[in-house]
Amino acid sequence: MIRVLNSESLEIRASEDVVAVRQAVRKKAVALGFGLVDQTKVVTASSELARNTLDHGGGGTARLEILENDRRSGLRLVFEDQGPGIADIAQALTDGYTSGSGMGLGLGGSKRLAHEFEIESEPGIGTKVSIVRWR
Amino acid sequence: MERIPILKMGQYLLITIQVDMHDKLAFTLQNDLTEQIVLYKSKGILIDISALEIVDSFIGRMLGIIASMSRLLDAETVVVGMQPAVASTLVELGMSMKGIRTALNVEKGMEVLRSSLEEARHDGDSSSEF
Repeated sequence: MIRVLNSESLEIRASEDVVAVRQAVRKKAVALGFGLVDQTKVVTASSELARNTLDHGGGGTARLEILENDRRSGLRLVFEDQGPGIADIAQALTDGYTSGSGMGLGLGGSKRLAHEFEIESEPGIGTKVSIVRWR
Repeated sequence: MERIPILKMGQYLLITIQVDMHDKLAFTLQNDLTEQIVLYKSKGILIDISALEIVDSFIGRMLGIIASMSRLLDAETVVVGMQPAVASTLVELGMSMKGIRTALNVEKGMEVLRSSLEEARHDGDSSSEF
């Protein structure tokens, strides 16, 4: 059973907020005792997803949760926006596919950097992306 | 206004990125850099990223843009000092940083710039003989 020990929400409205999300994720990863490579991976994934929330979702929120199950602890990051949504999720997950001016690595890349990855999206309603990195 | 300093050293421009990058800083840096390349007729740009704890696709793209812009203005770019954890994360992220020359540290980076400048000079000499 997974327990949520601690939860923190951050607004993503401007480019500077992406920096704030990265710093908050780093702090939690360090507190959880992640090694340097694991810290770097989860912080990089959070940066990609926070930027997606800002650029494609028109802003939204990031929720950082410290998790624990019977064997280990981890960090769950949930990014939510009320933007235009994604009609074709498989296409959005393809490396190199971009609807904006980016490189199209955000979704696929952060999926590879995490242990668990979930995405829900509905056109006209918004998008929710959730990743978990276990220690 | 917040900006990243660019140091001129002979034919080279040196940049050390020590702060968390965001859009405005990146655009300001690109503009400042192109202006200075033209002003000083710089031949090489060295960008030190040893202080960066992460490089995401946003920063990766910025480095690629700087390298392409500089090349159009006849200057070589070399990125130095990438942390090992950053390198392994970039590969997993799917960013190969194609088209960007890298070196382990500032000294090695300067060697790369110097030798590419010498090569260019030799090429210039041989073509002028025809």
